Amino acid sequence: MTEQKEEKKRTKNVRLRIVDIDRCVGCQNCMFACSRRTGNAGLEKSCIGVRSVGGMERGFVVVVCRACEDPPCAKVCPVDAITVREEGGVRIDLNKCIGCKNCQDACPLGAIFWDKESNKPLVCVYCGYCAQYCPHNVLALEKTEVSTGSTKEASKEEEKEEEKEAAKGVTA
Amino acid sequence: MLPHDPLSRVLYIDLTKKSFKVKDRSDLFEKYIGGAGVGIQLLKEECPKGIDPYDPSNPIVFAVGPLTSLFPLASKTVAMFKSPHTGYLGESHAGGRSAVAIRMAGYGALVIKGSSSRPVYLAIHEDSINFRDASALWGMESNFTVGRIIRENEPAAGMRTIMRIGKAGEKLVSYACVTTESYRHFGRLGLGAVFGSKKLKAVLVSGKRTIPTANKSEYRKLYDELYHTAVESPLMKKYHDLGTAENIEPLNMLGGMPTRNLLTAKFESAKEISGDSIAENYLGRRLACSHCPVGCIHIAALRIPYEDETYFYKTSMISYDYEPIYALGTMLGVSDPKGLLKLMDHVESWALDAMTTGVVLAWATEAFEKGLVSEKDTMGLKLAWGDYNTYIKAAHNIMDQPNDFYAALARGVEHASSIYGGSDFALSFGKNEMAGYHTGPGTHVGHLIGARHSHLDNAGYSVDQKILAKKQLSPEELADALMEEEKWRQILSSLTICFFARGIYTPEVTLRALKLTGFELAKEDLDRIGDEILREKNRFKVREGFSLDNVRIPKRIFETPTPLGQLDEAFIRKAVEHFKKKMLEEVAPEKGGAEKAEA
Ligand code: SF4
Ligand code: SF4
Ligand code: SF4
Repeated sequence: MTEQKEEKKRTKNVRLRIVDIDRCVGCQNCMFACSRRTGNAGLEKSCIGVRSVGGMERGFVVVVCRACEDPPCAKVCPVDAITVREEGGVRIDLNKCIGCKNCQDACPLGAIFWDKESNKPLVCVYCGYCAQYCPHNVLALEKTEVSTGSTKEASKEEEKEEEKEAAKGVTA
Repeated sequence: MLPHDPLSRVLYIDLTKKSFKVKDRSDLFEKYIGGAGVGIQLLKEECPKGIDPYDPSNPIVFAVGPLTSLFPLASKTVAMFKSPHTGYLGESHAGGRSAVAIRMAGYGALVIKGSSSRPVYLAIHEDSINFRDASALWGMESNFTVGRIIRENEPAAGMRTIMRIGKAGEKLVSYACVTTESYRHFGRLGLGAVFGSKKLKAVLVSGKRTIPTANKSEYRKLYDELYHTAVESPLMKKYHDLGTAENIEPLNMLGGMPTRNLLTAKFESAKEISGDSIAENYLGRRLACSHCPVGCIHIAALRIPYEDETYFYKTSMISYDYEPIYALGTMLGVSDPKGLLKLMDHVESWALDAMTTGVVLAWATEAFEKGLVSEKDTMGLKLAWGDYNTYIKAAHNIMDQPNDFYAALARGVEHASSIYGGSDFALSFGKNEMAGYHTGPGTHVGHLIGARHSHLDNAGYSVDQKILAKKQLSPEELADALMEEEKWRQILSSLTICFFARGIYTPEVTLRALKLTGFELAKEDLDRIGDEILREKNRFKVREGFSLDNVRIPKRIFETPTPLGQLDEAFIRKAVEHFKKKMLEEVAPEKGGAEKAEA
């Protein structure tokens, strides 16, 4: 009975994972790919960002949404344009969005990018397109089982570990 | 060009008045595509005839092309200026983030004129143009530190380029370079000194935007083709794996590796400083220019212990490539890879052109050995092959110019040998120091007739190895082959495609890519435009007094055999003569006709 209950509470979290940031060469092909996903050239529509740690000699940081289970960005939207996906992460209804930038400020990773051409936020849709254009296998689309319900307590430790891991890649 | 493409916007900056304006120059871009093609037109328009290269009116032009930020490997920026090193065409290409940043900021080209009364750096964040005081950065020992400070001062991390000079540029060494993203350079012809003469410490450019294409699905399709060829093709593998340094050993084996000022063309210790050996022992990081899936940039990590405190180390990250290994390694007889990397690190930190610095030090060493210069001239330094510690001090003196001798070296071997003698072994062509190839007549004819006297103009070294190694060519055929290559390279560099990707961007693919950016052209158009751009460059040179009459060819190249045997001076002169007839004499009547852009 308890087993069954736990089963129910687990669902797939699909998100982009930074597999090994130390292999990143800073080519930004992922950024161009994310823009191109919708047929756009240039960088304005990219939901992923790559910059050096502080000089290229020290390596790079890849900033992208990590599909939080309990996303802070969603909580601050005054018009409820951001819905939390059951499997983690968010979806933004751009028709509702008023361009207030609250979500951008709320994301501690800086993973909400701004499209100044439309004055709307940009956030990863967890499609994995960019990973196909990373020549050095830094990125991968990852599906993990996560808990969503009341059994949360049990997996807190696990989660913390995972978070640490991801943080390395995302903002280290 | 497509209607909303910002490519045709040219930003004109006046450093004297600290003012700027933006002009639409679709006229130029439609005709000459971008990069080198548009760059030479802007140079002709903006550079008054016969000026001193350090005159405030010498323009600095940076230009990118229509494919930049759309397709992979269109990753270069072309700089144009009047060269303080040769007095003729200054043209230099670099990658890093420069090309993407300029395009994303919403410009096809920048033109920087005038001169500031106090040190300044430019921060161009799209349409916000800022003149920032750079007094605190002026005179700073390391160009790496300058980069770090500007990085911390300015927004747009990851979306910007920081092109800056080191002390060599401030002190007007005629071959000072401009460094971008720490490891890429606008090298060879002294752009750094032109920056210095304007008291311009750095130019930062940032931005992000969408660029229109003619057809979204076609765009993605062609992109995939190009991308997959770039990552899968054997054409790019060598740049990816060991980088350009891979060539050290094969070229040495052939006997085409200039060594000790070309006293020989084989270096007995080539193995120690080869691409393989440096990668195995020192390779610490790999980098790529923006939008490049190849990533040829190799960074060595060199750990140096402190002498005064145990268990303290400094780790320097040093970019290495074929040419710096040649110039500061084989050319100077440096066989210790650690010493070589240290020397490179210093040369980098002052932002001296590594190739020219090596050839200059090689000439100085031989002149010192032969007694043409004394210890008084060298200020006590005993220049000797392989002694990298002394070379580090000498390079510092070139940057600092504490006496006449070093001031002469700071202007290159052509100039130094005109004062001290030794022009027979002063290895420059058209006043530009030679590149690391003694492969046959092609490389040297290539240097003599190329628009910038650079090995990248027409890749003469490759004609030696790929064509002349198999069959004889007449001097005329050789010159024609080089000119053909150089014409095609005008197209590549107008699209600002990295030359390493020349195998991928065939004319067919190039035309398809151009079509998606609204350029409806045919192969014949590319041929015509390439020819025209090359002629325009030569016209500019002739206008500034360039001539190939009685051109100086250093005797040394005839003394040391190449893999194709001893070179024949008459052959080389005939090839040069042929080029002169086909290229220079035809353009001579247009001398001074700078306005004839229609020609
Ligand atoms: S945008 Fe930031 S806060 Fe929102 S789900 Fe992604 S990582 Fe979490
Ligand atoms: S997973 Fe998709 S939406 Fe997210 S950064 Fe990559 S390409 Fe962009
Ligand atoms: S494509 Fe890969 S290597 Fe290139 S910047 Fe993105 S994560 Fe780094």
